[in-house]
Amino acid sequence: MTHPTIVSHTRPLPRWRRWLETDTPESVRHAAFQESWTKVQHFRSQTLGMIGFWLLMALLFVVIAAPLLATHDPNVQDLSQRLMPPSSENWFGTDHLGRDVYSRVIYGARTTLRIAVLVAVIVAPIGLIIGATAGYLGGIADEVLMRITDIFLAFPGLILALGFAAALGPGINNAIIAIALTAWPPIARLARAEALTIRQSDYIAAVRLQGETSFRIITRQVIPICLPSVTVRVTLNMAGVILTAAGLGFLGLGAQPPHAEWGAMVAVGRQFMFDFPWVVSAPGIAIAVISLAFNLFGDALRDTLDPRIA
Amino acid sequence: MTSLTNTRGPRRDFLPSSSKLRAISWRAVSVILTLAGLLALTFFMGRLLPDDPVLAVTGYEVDEATYQKVFKELGLDRPVWEQFMSYMGGVLQGDLGRSLTTGQPVVQDLMRAFPATLELALVAALIGSLLGIPLGIAAAVNRGSWIDHLARVIGLAGYSIPIFWLGLMGLFVFYAKLNWIGASGRVDIFYEGMTPTITGMMLVDTAIAGDWTVFKSALRHILMPAAVLGYYSTAYISRMTRSFMLEQLSQEYIIAARAKGLSRRSVIWRHAFKNIRVQLLTVIALVFGGLLDGTVLIETVFGWPGVGQYLTRGLQFNDINVVMSTVLMIGVLFLAVNTASDFLYRRLDPRTR
Repeated sequence: MTHPTIVSHTRPLPRWRRWLETDTPESVRHAAFQESWTKVQHFRSQTLGMIGFWLLMALLFVVIAAPLLATHDPNVQDLSQRLMPPSSENWFGTDHLGRDVYSRVIYGARTTLRIAVLVAVIVAPIGLIIGATAGYLGGIADEVLMRITDIFLAFPGLILALGFAAALGPGINNAIIAIALTAWPPIARLARAEALTIRQSDYIAAVRLQGETSFRIITRQVIPICLPSVTVRVTLNMAGVILTAAGLGFLGLGAQPPHAEWGAMVAVGRQFMFDFPWVVSAPGIAIAVISLAFNLFGDALRDTLDPRIA
Repeated sequence: MTSLTNTRGPRRDFLPSSSKLRAISWRAVSVILTLAGLLALTFFMGRLLPDDPVLAVTGYEVDEATYQKVFKELGLDRPVWEQFMSYMGGVLQGDLGRSLTTGQPVVQDLMRAFPATLELALVAALIGSLLGIPLGIAAAVNRGSWIDHLARVIGLAGYSIPIFWLGLMGLFVFYAKLNWIGASGRVDIFYEGMTPTITGMMLVDTAIAGDWTVFKSALRHILMPAAVLGYYSTAYISRMTRSFMLEQLSQEYIIAARAKGLSRRSVIWRHAFKNIRVQLLTVIALVFGGLLDGTVLIETVFGWPGVGQYLTRGLQFNDINVVMSTVLMIGVLFLAVNTASDFLYRRLDPRTR
């Protein structure tokens, strides 16, 4: 990558660009901004990552503007219009209850994003705290916490989520809890590995000599160091989370009818699929596009933030 | 250490050294602990259930006396840890309780369903390895070429497309439109039960019986679900193979081999590939975890009468005993595969000695 300052421009750069790209930062904060800017530039140079980024932005837009984008009420049934092929009235056709598939796909984006965001919000702190504590403290604490992590890792992801979802009962919130319960162990493992490498470093020893408690060292020193790799990992795992959520929805354990959810839409459309393929194709493609977006975005984020685990 | 001794000569380390023994016993302890944890997890999962387990047995219209009797019979009046102990005792004796829907002991049901799943997973893993390993090697050797990009696209699609949807699309194209494959089940319905069960795996049983018409029918049925499952394994295996190969190809011994004037083929297969074989074994073991995940959905899509379908049936009828037992079985299976591959890795790879 060529450094931005070397590139000659015919027009002078705007002030903020010059401020961000100057060779002589004036303060620590200025330098920090510059470093973030370099990372943004690096990310922007990755085409696939940018495609993922814009797909996710489009998802966000769809989620916010769903009422404006949808052409019909996603839950209104019209049995006289059931299983109609795609037309100018119903862009993706209608399902077995005469509901507009396009509008249901649009509203289904809300369900998917909600699951993805809530799982990330639950999983990242749990994984960070358990992993950083185990790695930093070592000894018995490490042994116990990692044994528990291993138990959760001993199940294939969907199977464990399925068990929890079955135990908690169907419903979208229970599905979120079930997925979160299965998604934290890899994060904890990663945070532990990071914590293990820095616990021996001199600056941690220096902080310890100053009389800092373990709790404060973990929260102030260890967790911030683990943060970039954990962020990357959570983003990369989002695709898996979305696929698991769709799988649970497909098995009837996710969002309940009439709530629009992509996996459940495929499950319901299944019995009409041979004659009316549009009822399953649109939601399936939607799932694939969004998890692809998370995969592309996550890969590029990994290359930008954390070249070590590439 | 043993690394300097001649490995072709008689092995002097036929008795494990004390440090090795300690490592092995530690590994055994940790496997046992994990197993106990699996049991505890499925036990408490069963307790989470919002439905009353008594009502699941008796139905909703029940008088007080019967309710109390069943409550006692299920052992719900005893303290939780006692219940857990008796659950664990039962599991160790191979008793997972009865299925509420089939009325059979769950263990029997699982034993009957398991060969179907095993057959599916094996064929899928075979497809995944046969396609994934050459693809990964070709991608690594021709880095940046079209084949490398192809491997990448296959990988990305595998990580993004929901498996149940790909299965449905496969059914739509190859069954409904082209009629190349069989619909649901393991053989066409009129061949059902014609072959004596020996291994429980249709392809093997029909081959033993020499019944090639049924064999063909079984092949027509297994091909699509196994291909869909195998596609996901291909995605993972090719990605891992590629990165292992890239690591090997950047080593100095490869340059030395090339400098010696060895052919490209010989360098790739006799030198680089030889060194990643053991690593690949672990990858294939890991693939089984993904396959077990995938079979639950794929068996539901293709009406394949295996463990996955048994599990989803249990879900449908709220048969919690079936669900938890199947989850437990899959967990134990996955743990066993991982432990075995770990063990093999240590035995086969001289670098870990």
